[in-house]
Formats: sequence, structure tokens, C-alpha cells
Amino acid sequence: MNRIETRFNNLAQQGKTAFVAYITAGDPDLDTTAEIILEMDRCGVDVIECGVPFSDPVADGIVIQEAAQRALAKGASLRKILAMLKGLRDKTDVPILLFSYYNPILAYGIEQFAVDAKAAGVDGVLTVDLPPEEADFYKKCLDEQHLATVFLIAPTSPPERIKLIARISTGFVYYVSRTGVTGVRQDVEASVHGALDEIRKHTNKPIAVGFGISTPEQATEVAGYADGVVVGSAIVRRISELGNAPDTVQKVGAFVKSLVDATKGK
Amino acid sequence: MVARTDPAFQETLRDYQRNYVGRPTPLYAAQRLTEHLGGAMVYLKREDLAHTGAHKINNALGQVLLARRMGKKRIIAETGAGQHGVATATAAALCGLECDVYMGTDDIERQKLNVFRMRLLGACVIPVAAGTRTLKDAINEALRDWVTNVRHTHYCLGTVEGPHPFPLICREFQSIIGREARTQILEREGRLPSLLIACVGGGSNAIGLFHDFIPDAQVKMVGVEAGGIAIEPGKHAARFAGGVEGTLHGAYSYVLQDENGQIMSTHSVSAGLDYASVGPEHAHLRDIGRAEYVHVSDQEALDAFQRLANLEGIIPALESAHAIAYACKVVPAMSSQDIVIVNLSGRGDKDVQQAAKFLLAGDDVL
Repeated sequence: MNRIETRFNNLAQQGKTAFVAYITAGDPDLDTTAEIILEMDRCGVDVIECGVPFSDPVADGIVIQEAAQRALAKGASLRKILAMLKGLRDKTDVPILLFSYYNPILAYGIEQFAVDAKAAGVDGVLTVDLPPEEADFYKKCLDEQHLATVFLIAPTSPPERIKLIARISTGFVYYVSRTGVTGVRQDVEASVHGALDEIRKHTNKPIAVGFGISTPEQATEVAGYADGVVVGSAIVRRISELGNAPDTVQKVGAFVKSLVDATKGK
Repeated sequence: MVARTDPAFQETLRDYQRNYVGRPTPLYAAQRLTEHLGGAMVYLKREDLAHTGAHKINNALGQVLLARRMGKKRIIAETGAGQHGVATATAAALCGLECDVYMGTDDIERQKLNVFRMRLLGACVIPVAAGTRTLKDAINEALRDWVTNVRHTHYCLGTVEGPHPFPLICREFQSIIGREARTQILEREGRLPSLLIACVGGGSNAIGLFHDFIPDAQVKMVGVEAGGIAIEPGKHAARFAGGVEGTLHGAYSYVLQDENGQIMSTHSVSAGLDYASVGPEHAHLRDIGRAEYVHVSDQEALDAFQRLANLEGIIPALESAHAIAYACKVVPAMSSQDIVIVNLSGRGDKDVQQAAKFLLAGDDVL
């Protein structure tokens, strides 16, 4: 069992919801990303989604697009991100999920990527634009390294596809709370609760909900029925506003702490 | 794909193709070009004479009719040169559907005429200032819109690219080009051509011409990519010359990318060929050796643009001028018994201003 599964299991036994935080690696730079990861661990984040920047992030809204562009301009790459994560493993045990587009992994070589990701202390991978129907070899490589494979279920996914995605997802199942791309939104769609009930007919795996959750109030709402709450753009936007300021890490930590507390019902 | 076998849908499509688009488009024997080159007989498949001035209407009309059949209220599209945007705006106007077209700001600058045409047709042109500000980024934005509004919006993707089944849908509607060309050349010459030439951006006009001839092994097929300024990173869009296998926009094909899998910027004098990936079926045709892919430079395309205007009184689109340029290279060495069909995929009115910048540099133009 890897760190992601263990964390969700432990939380389930305590009747608690996981808080998952996304950041784009390399924005404002990889050293700051490393510090933010350690700070988020101290703040009680359960899983860190570490975003690999891509030139054409079609699943992302403008906040994460711009973060990716800044990170790429600073020279971030999958290889450098793995090296950065490897350097963190003697400092933290926080579960780490890489969030990537498929092409950087293809260019790296899927088999080698799986080996190197494992060696870097990564616990799972979510490849946002890889359809489950095309994922056989990818999944085989990641399974061999005991890396979790997280896939997305959308509000438009029909029952047959929900079954398939739930079956091949390990660690947790990721439910996209709305049709559309990542981004900060005003409210959570009313349909999410019912959608999770529907997915639970097909799987016992934990379900995390993301895309559009931005505030502590929304986190509390979703924590009422989901096994995990994912916040991305709202955190990335904080980081982009603060940039390389001396108190960036501390301020991001304070914001993330408010989301953790809201998720845990504090 | 039920529409493929629905007689009512097919009858509606055929009626529009005949009476609205003006199909079949002529297969024109280019006598003066043939004499000038002094080799094979050159025929031009005149897609430039289709309504809206390019082959793009074949796919746009088909997809918009499909969207109407599916009950979608809104159409979105991406466009590079603007031809697909104009075609989609046209079909949407015809069917009374709302239409938004995503276009890179660089392309808006070099294709102002088509931007105005789209607006005249009732479409909203949405500028995309992200990334390379060209076709690739327009597709990114269209995909984001589509996944957000998929319940009532159809994404009319303009080429044989993108996630399945888009390459197949587009091929289905473009393959009429090759079917007509086959019938026409058999009527005129009583035999099949020895060579087909078409420019390849995403590759829809090329697949349209090639598809019906794939089983005819004696018919050689060549796709012409944009060689731009030079085959160096960022200076061309010749995916088969400078790309490696990868995925972009949901298709696995040859992609211009760096060693980290980031998509590279591209360059071509023609906006419609300025794209970092190529339709996956072209990659397949190349890998199995059925089609060959070459590239010609911006300058060669501009020379061909002028040459066809002078010799035949036809101003080709800069995209199509790439196919003409390659014909000018290979036809002189061919036998007079050979027949070459070049897909003249679009007309060049939209490119006159852009071409003038290059051809009349130094003169007081426009």
C-alpha cells in the first residue's frame, strides 16, 4: 500500500476528509515549490498534487496556464521536478501525486518515468489528458512500480465509463465537479452530491472532488459528502500574487491552513 | 455515426453540396502551367471554387448539419488562416446556429479579411493571445470552451486532427474531393493519375484527396508541409522533418517538441500550415510507406503563388501554393504520359495583403 492509499484509509477510519492541494511545480521557481510543499505538509495537507507544467494545458483555466508558462520560462521540466521531489523525501512523508499532461511523460519514456518517479518518492500519477482506453501500457508501468494511477470522472461520464475509470483508478477516484477546466469559481454545483452517490454504486474507492473549489466555505460543503477535497487554482493564484516575496511560503501556508481546517471541520 | 447511413441526412448533405457549395468542383487541366513545366500533365482540383473559397466548407457544412441533427444550439471552431472559421460561420448562418470562432492574435493580424468575413456572417471572433498566438492556441481555447459547454455546444474542429473521432468525421466529409477527382480524371483521361499532391497543415485537404486513392498502389501521394524559413526549431512547420512521436490535442502523431515534451513554436508564411502536429492518419500513411511527405520553403511557396497567378490567372491560397511549389519541382522530370493532380485547396484573396508584404517589399504597396 502506498502513502496515498494509507492516508485515505487512516482518514476514513477517523471519519475525516482528505485535503488535497495542487500547485504548479516551478512557479515561481523550484526551490520555492520545495519550501511550499514542506510548509503545506506542516499545515496538515494530506496529499500534494504536484503539477508538471506543459506548454498546452487544455484542461486548465487561465490561472494554471499562466503558472505553467512562468514555470517553463524558468526552465522547469519533469526531470528537474523529480530531482526536486527526491531531495524532499528525507524531510517529509507527505503523499505526492504528480499531475501531468501525457506528452512530457511520453517524451521522457513511460517505463523510465515510472522507475524514476518511484525513486524520487512519488506516490501516484494523474495524467489529465490520457483517456483510460489508451492507458494500458502506462498503467502497467506504473502498477509495476506500485504508483497509484488516478483518473478523472466527469459529470458527463456515462455509467459504463464510470465503471471503467473506477476500476483502473488506484489511490482514489477523482471527480471533476463541473464540465470545464480548472479555475476559481463562485459556487459548487448542486449536482455533485448526487453524482458521488452514483459513483459509489460502482466502487468502494475513496472519491476526491476538484475543479472549481476555491474557498474554505466550499471546502466545508464538499467535505460533507466527499472523501477528499482538491483545491488548485485558488492556491496557485495566491502563489502568483506573492511571487518571490520573502513571506510567500508563510502566506501560502496560512491560506492552505484555512482550507485544511475547513475540510476537517475545525 | 448513425448519420452515415441515414438516407435523409445524406440527401440533405448532397443537396447542400450541389446547390449551396457548388459541387462537384472542376478538375481543371492547367495547360499553360503544364507547358511551362514541360513534363507531366497537371490538373488542378479546384476546391478554391467551392463556396467560401476553400475545401473547408465540406467539413464545416457536414459537421454543422450533424450538430443540428444532435440538437446542439451553438457551434464553436478554431481557425488559423481563417478559412475554416469562415466556412463554419457560413454553415452556422445557414442553419441558424450561434457561432464563436477562436483565432490566435497573430493570425487575426495576418488574415484581417477573413476576420471581417466571419463577423459579417454573424459569428463572434474570439482573439487568443496565449502561447504562440496561432492555430495551436486557438485549438486549446476551443477545447476548453467545448468541455465547459459540451451539453449544448458542438466543436466543429477544422482538420483531421484532435481527439477521436474528429479525424474520422473530418475525413468522412472531405473525402468527397478524391471521389470526385477519380470520376473526373477517369472521364477525361480514362486512367488514374500517377501522382497526387496536396499541402498538409493538419492535413484535411490532403486526406480528402488521398483517401479514395489509398487502395490504388500505382497512385503516388505526396503531402507538402511548410518548410518556413529553415528546418530549425521555431522556423518551420515540417513535422515529418523535425518532429517526433507525441500527443497534442488528443492525437498521437508526429509533433514538433523539445526534449522535455513541450510543444515548440512553428513558423510558416501561411497561417493554415502553421501547426506543431499533423493529422494522425498522415503519420500512419507515412509510416506504412503509402504516402510521402516533403516540405517547401516560404520563398518557394511565394514564387509558386506568383507563378500560378501569371500562368493560369488563378491566385492560390498560400497554403495551396506549397502544393503548387512542389509540383513545379517534380513535374519537369516526369513523363508527358504522367498525370498529376494538385489539390488547389483554396483561393488566395485572403493572402494578397500578406503576399504583397513579401513580394513587393520596398515598393509602396496597399
